[in-house]
Parts: sequence; structure tokens; C-alpha cells
Amino acid sequence: MRANNILGILYSNSYDASLPELTALRTMGSVPFGGRYRMIDFPLSNMVGSGIGKVGVITKTNYRSLMDHLALGNPWDLSRKNEGMVLLPPFAEAGAGGNQTRMEGLRGASEFLRHSKEEYVIMSDCNVVCNLDYRALFRCHVQSGADLTIAFRRGPAPKLETMRLSLDGGEYPRVTQIRLSGAAEADTAYSLNIFILRKSLLERLIQEAAGRGDADFEREVIRPRLQSLRVHGAEVTDYARVIDSLQSYYDISMELLDPASRQAFFHPGRPIFTKVQDDMPTIYGLGSSVRNCLVADGCQIDGVAENCILSRGVRIEKGARARGCILMQGTYVGADTKLDCVITDKKVFLSSHKTLAGDPKFPVYLGKNIAI
Amino acid sequence: MQKQECIAMLLAGGQGSRLGVLTKSLAKPAVPYGGKYRIIDFPLSNCVNSGIDTVGVLTQYQPLELNDYLGNGQPWDLDRVNGGVHILSPYQQMKGTEWYKGTANAIYQNIHFIERYDPEYVLILSGDHIYKMDYAKMLDFHKQTQADCTIAMLEVPWEEASRFGLMITGEDYRIREFEEKPKHPRSNQASMGVYVFTWSKLRRYLLDDEANAASSNDFGKDLLPAMHRAGERLFAYPFDGYWKDVGTIDSLWEANLDLLNPKVDLDLSDPDWKIYSRNPASPPHFLAESAVVQNSMIAAGCVVEGLVDFSILFAQVTVEHGAIVRDSILMPGAVVKTGACVQYAIVAENAVIDAGASVGERPESAADLDQWGVSVVGAGVRVAPGAKVPAKAMIERDVPAAKEG
Repeated sequence: MRANNILGILYSNSYDASLPELTALRTMGSVPFGGRYRMIDFPLSNMVGSGIGKVGVITKTNYRSLMDHLALGNPWDLSRKNEGMVLLPPFAEAGAGGNQTRMEGLRGASEFLRHSKEEYVIMSDCNVVCNLDYRALFRCHVQSGADLTIAFRRGPAPKLETMRLSLDGGEYPRVTQIRLSGAAEADTAYSLNIFILRKSLLERLIQEAAGRGDADFEREVIRPRLQSLRVHGAEVTDYARVIDSLQSYYDISMELLDPASRQAFFHPGRPIFTKVQDDMPTIYGLGSSVRNCLVADGCQIDGVAENCILSRGVRIEKGARARGCILMQGTYVGADTKLDCVITDKKVFLSSHKTLAGDPKFPVYLGKNIAI
Repeated sequence: MQKQECIAMLLAGGQGSRLGVLTKSLAKPAVPYGGKYRIIDFPLSNCVNSGIDTVGVLTQYQPLELNDYLGNGQPWDLDRVNGGVHILSPYQQMKGTEWYKGTANAIYQNIHFIERYDPEYVLILSGDHIYKMDYAKMLDFHKQTQADCTIAMLEVPWEEASRFGLMITGEDYRIREFEEKPKHPRSNQASMGVYVFTWSKLRRYLLDDEANAASSNDFGKDLLPAMHRAGERLFAYPFDGYWKDVGTIDSLWEANLDLLNPKVDLDLSDPDWKIYSRNPASPPHFLAESAVVQNSMIAAGCVVEGLVDFSILFAQVTVEHGAIVRDSILMPGAVVKTGACVQYAIVAENAVIDAGASVGERPESAADLDQWGVSVVGAGVRVAPGAKVPAKAMIERDVPAAKEG
């Protein structure tokens, strides 16, 4: 018995290069975000929340942390006897280098596709912070009669090689033209790289691409077929932000301090699931002062924090002060140390009496395990 | 079933009537504690951390929430192919239907469950206490002393000794005498309600106890004294660490706030002895620009805009702008609205303290300290705008707004 007729496919490594600092040791999907999440939690929870019971996760490189995070898929209720979550590591044929592009990744997953009984496929990347009901997109897909539906959003396009769509004016607009780069115009319809299509069509496209050596999904597979296939856009107006750089990672993180964004993002009816860590709740000591902060479990705060995102197990000692910072899991801030606009990766250790300052327009990043 | 050296039986059927409205619709072991836990998380996590992975949980009073909470035991790593967590409720038998008459009878009725694992030893636990304990060490002690029964023992302050079941032991920790809540205690060695039995012995005494019509079928009152009279080897296992019975409103309130006292020896953040629990998916908590939070513990999903001091906030609690929460425990989903004031209180799950209402009083401002106590607002109760809940009150139904004039 399947919850619905849609198969989920996630690309965990998409756009790793846009965030080299955070993806040096991990996939885009396992980049920490929002105090307790990893980027893959968003599309994965969206899929589960939309009734999808089978998800394949395509990986390319550095996916140890991702495997550790996903394990058997329990937190997302995807540890199933039938269906559930399947990790799809690179499937290298003799002499091939593994999944380098979206098409190669899909080719490696063709066995998985062939054995899946679902009629439709929804594919998504992991660099979009969003809380969406994919069922709405699916309704669009069915009602428009499209062969392929691309979820898009209007606004300044992210600084990535991602599709900018020209659309006709219909109720379910058809994509007439695709550009893959361009200046940041205020009202561009840009792709969120969430695609819906029939599994049979996807399998055909994979086969044709393999035969012709096409590797680029957007450039070589979709764009030449705008006439032969009905490619439609489905506009997303719910909360969705694309991470395209460390700066946008910082800005989008800070948006979570805004009540309206938080409400849209932490939608009570659509919970975001993540790995359970069994930390104790956070303790605020005597003399601590914490304002306008999002704080995960397991922290011990004896100092001052303002406008910060504090992940699990962060310690801020007496006399220390953090402003406008993103402190990831296990960061230690020693007594009387002052931080402004600093992003610390996991387990960064800052001893006492240090001062580090970035700017909201140029946050300082400290890599995993750095000790100062 | 594969043989297990030691299995645990957790007595979780108690009502905990002294917790009043807090156990109206859930069993005492399911009562929330420490921001994200429930009392039963402690014995269960101790079991797993001690290498005991077969636990029978005996339920009787209001089992729904407890059963839901335990589920398949996955949060405690107790979803096992052989063993794991089993919920054991009273059942109908050929000769009739019986509730669990007492603690010993509850185990007696589940002898067949225990025998499936053919254990050498059985650990008897209760779901009433907050403590971290390595049962494996106690089991080693039991083997070393070649005891028939070992009882975990804690030295309590002399002035409190008369509230406990006490043991008088020799230098070798062999138990010479039992004293059940004596007026004039001769010992301060209290039983923690944690027993290790050699199963063959326990089995015999359970059968004898059941055959004795005069017995109240209780471990402390009947079975252990019977073993002692018969000259069996009973030993006390000394434990030193934090241990608290949370059977009353005052002790539950205190045990929660103990977590904020750095001098109290109860570290829940020890990565080598985690306390596991089942938790809903909640985002991190948010402290607003206007929030003033000190000396408090705050769990996931909370939103705090007001003042919180010396308090424990469970998951998804809201403290609105201008609200004051001091010396209090707010259980999951509780809401304290604008300008409301909660002091020395326990507010149960999803209760709403409406704008300008006040709950509880500070002991300093009480007219008569004998009449003062911690206030309790029951689950789902609404305290209307401006209404006042006095000290020591226990509120079961919605409180209407204060009358004009």
C-alpha cells in the first residue's frame, strides 16, 4: 500500500561549490542550518509531509556526515519494510568517475527507478530552505496537463547557474524560454529546482541523454525540449529561500529571528523532522542575558547573546558576548571573549579574552574543530 | 526466546494520588520532569546504559498516555529482536480476572513472561524516582555477596529517615532488620525501591506469598520480611548520588528546580550516561528582544517574550510580553499571556494563564506560611483574564474572570 503515487529523489550534493566553506567536509544536504537542522531535513520533511513514502537520496562526494545524519530514516518515519528511504551512492561503471552531474546521478539511480512502482517522480535539491506542501505543486502538474513542472519563485534570482524562466500568461503558465545566467533583476521567475514528471518520461530522458552523452539536465535535456514537451511553471509563494553563498547562508539564517519568517517556516501543521540527539534542554545561568536569539537544546549560556542562532551544545561563558553570530554544534566561547558576526562550524573552541569581528555584510567563518 | 542473564521489571501501575490533578489522566511514571523528560525515562535509560535490554513495564492505572509514550521502545534503544520493552497489563485468565493486587502480585501474574527469558536474576524497579544508577554494578555486588536479594540503599538525613523504609545492616552490608517508616528511626539507610533478586528464590517466594491469604502481596510489607524471617541472604547495596522520590507536588517541584542548582549532583548532559526520551519535532526555542531569562531551563519550541527566572519551561511553552514566571514549572504547551504572573507554581500541559491573571504566591508575601504551598493548574485548564489562583491551590477546572468590584 503506497501513501501516494509519487517517488521522491533528492540530490544531496547540488551546488556544493556555492558554499565551499561549509561543504568542504560535507554535502550541501548535511550543512547545518537553523540551530538544529541539516539542509536535507527541509526537502525530506516536505516530502514526508506531502505523503511521499519512498525517497531516494543521490550522493556524490563527502557523504559520510549525510549517512550519519540520515541513518535508516527513522526521524522522518522513512525506516520502512516496504518503500522508505534509500541512499544512492555513486554508481561508477568501470572507468567512470561517479555522479558528476544531475543526469549522471540519475543514471546511477536508474535501477532504483526501474524497481519503483510509483507513477510520478518529484526531484529536489538541498540548497533551498523551505517548508512547502508538494501536493499543491502536484495538483498544478496534473491540472496543467504538463509533461514537466518546474517550481519557481519570483524575485531577484540567486547567484547560481540556475534556470530563469520566461513564461506565457496562462493560469498554469508554460515555460517558453530558459536562460541559465543573467543579471539579478528584481522580478525574475527563477527555478527552485523542484521538478515533477512521470517516471516513464524521466526514464526515457535518462536513456536519450545517455545515448547522446548529454550531462547537463537544464542545458541539454530540458532546454532543447521546450517545444516537444509541455514544460510548465508552478509558482511558489510560501517561504522558500535559495542559498547561493556564505553571505546568503548568513542572511537567510538571520531571517529566522524575524517572527513572520519563523511562523511561515516553522509551520505548525508541517513539522520539520531531524535526527534526535537526546540533549538536555538549554540552561541559562545567573547573570546571562539572551535577546532575539534562536537557541537549540543542550546549550549552557552564562554570558550575553544578541541576534544569534545557537546550535545544540553551545557554551557561552561568563563575560563572553556574541552578537549577530551563528554558532554551530558544540562551539565553546570562553570567558570575556567578544564575537561579532562570526559563523563557527562544529566544535570550534574559542578560549577566553579573544575578540573576533566580521560585518553583517561580511561574516567571519571559522572551520570545524578550529581552536583559538 | 534467548536466555538473558538479567531482565528488569518496572512497576509503573501506580496512580501517584498525592500528585492530585497532575495524575488525573496519566500514570505517575508518565508525569513530565526536567524540561523534556518523563519520570519513566530515568529507570529506562538506566537500564539501557547498564546493559539491560529486556524490560517488562507493568501498567494498570491510566495506561493510555504511558503506552503511547513507550511505543516500541525505540527512543531508549529498546526495540530489540530478542527482549526490548514489553508493556504488561493485567489480563483475563481462565480462573477469573484480577487487577494487580500489590507489587509482588504484579510480578507473580507475569511469572510466565519472566520465564520466557530463563533469567538468573531479576531487577525490580519503580517509575517513581529521579536518579542515575548503574544497575550492572549492583548486579556485580549481588553476585559477589552471593545474595538472594539485594536492595539499593541510600543514606538519608536523620530528620527525614522516618518517611522511608529503613534497613539496619551489619558491616558486611547484610541486612539485620527492616523498619517500615518508624517514628523513632534506628537507622538512616533507606530503601530506594530497587531490588535485584536471584530469580529461582524470588519465584519460590512469589508462589508462597500468593498462597498466603493474609498477605497484602507487597514487596516491602510481605515478601522481603518473609525472606528475611526464613534466613535468606539479604544485602543492602550502598548508593551515593542524587535520588529523589517525586511522589508529592512539593518534591516534584523541588526535583525539577534541583536541575538549576549547580551544587546538585544530577548531570543530564553527560554524554556517557544520556537520559533518553521521546519528543515531538519542535524548532529551537526563541527568546525575543524583550525577553529576560535567567537561571532557567528552556526546552525546544518555546517562545519567550517576558521574564523567566528560576523556572523550567518544557517544550512549546509560550510566555508573552510583560508576563512574569518565577520559581515555576511550565509543562509542555502551557501559555502565559500578556501581563500574567506565575510564581511558585506547576502549570500542567496546555493550560492557559490568560492576560493579567495570577497563579501562586511567594512565601515571603504569604500571610500564614502553614497555609502556603506550590499552586498547581491542571492540564488544559484555562485561568481567565485577571483571575487569581491562590497559593497551594490545585485547579482542576477553568477559573472564571474575577468579578467586578
